[in-house]
Amino acid sequence: MAVKVVDRSPLNFWEKTYMPQVLGGLKITLDNMLRPKVTLQYPEERPTIPDNYRGVPTLVRDPNGREKCVSCQLCEFVCPPKAIRITPGEIEDGDEHEHVEKRPKDFEINMLRCIYCGMCQEVCPEEAIFLQDTYSVSGYSREELVYHKAKLYELGGTLPDQHYKWDRKKDAEEKAAAGGHH
Amino acid sequence: MTDSLVLDIVLKVVFALIFVVVIMTLAAYSVLAERKVASWIQGRVGPNRTALPGLSAIPVIGPHLVKMGMWQPLADGVKFLFKEDPIPGHVNKLYYVLAPCIALVPALTTMVVLPVGQYLDGDIVKPIVLANVDIGILFILAFSSLGVYGIVIGGWAANSKYPYFGGIRSSAQMISYELAMGMSILPVFIWANGPGAGIGGLSLFNVVESQQAMWLGVWMPIPAFIFLTSLYAETNRLPFDMPESETELVGGFHTEYGSFKFGLFFVGEYAHMVIGSAVFTILFLGGWNFLPTFGVLPDWVADPWSLMPNWLGSTLSVIYFIGKTLFFVFLFMWVRWTLPRFRYDQVMTLGWKYLVPGALICVVAYAIIIGLWDIAFTIEETPAIVE
Repeated sequence: MAVKVVDRSPLNFWEKTYMPQVLGGLKITLDNMLRPKVTLQYPEERPTIPDNYRGVPTLVRDPNGREKCVSCQLCEFVCPPKAIRITPGEIEDGDEHEHVEKRPKDFEINMLRCIYCGMCQEVCPEEAIFLQDTYSVSGYSREELVYHKAKLYELGGTLPDQHYKWDRKKDAEEKAAAGGHH
Repeated sequence: MTDSLVLDIVLKVVFALIFVVVIMTLAAYSVLAERKVASWIQGRVGPNRTALPGLSAIPVIGPHLVKMGMWQPLADGVKFLFKEDPIPGHVNKLYYVLAPCIALVPALTTMVVLPVGQYLDGDIVKPIVLANVDIGILFILAFSSLGVYGIVIGGWAANSKYPYFGGIRSSAQMISYELAMGMSILPVFIWANGPGAGIGGLSLFNVVESQQAMWLGVWMPIPAFIFLTSLYAETNRLPFDMPESETELVGGFHTEYGSFKFGLFFVGEYAHMVIGSAVFTILFLGGWNFLPTFGVLPDWVADPWSLMPNWLGSTLSVIYFIGKTLFFVFLFMWVRWTLPRFRYDQVMTLGWKYLVPGALICVVAYAIIIGLWDIAFTIEETPAIVE
């Protein structure tokens, strides 16, 4: 095996005094001092959040303004820290969205328990729950940090939808009713 | 008591108060400067939020001052003042309370003999100083080394092992570096008292006056360097902050202290730093002398202050002196964020094996050089002093 001989010549006089190294160090720190600052003035300036960022889990509506969640409770079951609790609810007849199967009566996510793992988003068959770009959560009490349905929809907003599953079901039902075709 | 005596005393008291206020303000603001310099070196901005309700609303200047963190020392002080001040159950109460005061008092006492500028009394140039005593430098050396008692007593009274280690290290370090420090300034006084300089005495004003031709740091770089290094050790600044090496000793000697008592230690350290920088400026950097004349340039280069109207000249000399001092305060911080802490045995090695012998050699060498210089050039010209 080739042996590489490392040069270990003894320190010369100046090196022994440490002065060249100390002065070199001072120059480095001075250069650093004159360099532009990297600080982000946080509350005023916000960092850019990448698209696939896993922030706070939120509930979203489809472009028709309908709640996408059908309270299947898969996310509740999959949630490792058990942060989600869903109270399922029926949709009464005559409701604008009566063609939809169900919707949650209440949807609670305990933000103190949530670990932002994103499994709820992964498991959701309706693409109703997304971890979005909200990352700074604060409150004065524990109760305040249990987010209820209204708050979750407010955070979630509307996301574009590819499927319009319930619209198609409604169309099919209306066609069937009109044409008697099956 | 005559009226003039009363006036004299009142003036002295007012003058002393101004001194204390200025030094304490400088100490407080060097805490801010430390935080700012630390941030700049680390690529950050530093304290830039603290705002005073009225003053920060001033257009243009107000926001700028906030950005510079001008009100931060105020907030820091108020925080120290109003925090709960617990006394741990296991401490020796008397000494525990006494230690912070002892740490602060010497730092503030040394400024009594510190000349900060000059003024004209008729035609004679006089120093702006609280007490122009002839033993100036001895007074400063004696009192500034008393500061270690605050640290040692604090470390001992806290009755817990880390502060105790801090106190022990501090005293060992103080003993080691005091020697080198004392010897490194001997060349300065040999020069200031030589027949060439003429005036004599240990007063700091004479040292400044003797530096009109040449700042001593320029032709005594090694004593200046030894003095500066010892100064870093004496003020417990990095790379010699043995007493409070956070990585090993939690907080060092002030681990058990909180709130205002800690604040006193803190301000004491910074006051020490400011005064140490001032002493260095006086001894090696020509005090308030504008620029060295090198013996060839006209006198006003060194002393433009006495040509101006008295009030302007003396004010400018003080400002110039404070400016030089602040540069060394900055150097303290710059070095702090550059060099890592020495190991304890390295501190001892450096002190005893290099600085003390180095200072000793310097004393002998400069004594010979100055002696020869005087024999060759100066003594014939000033026979009166030889007699």
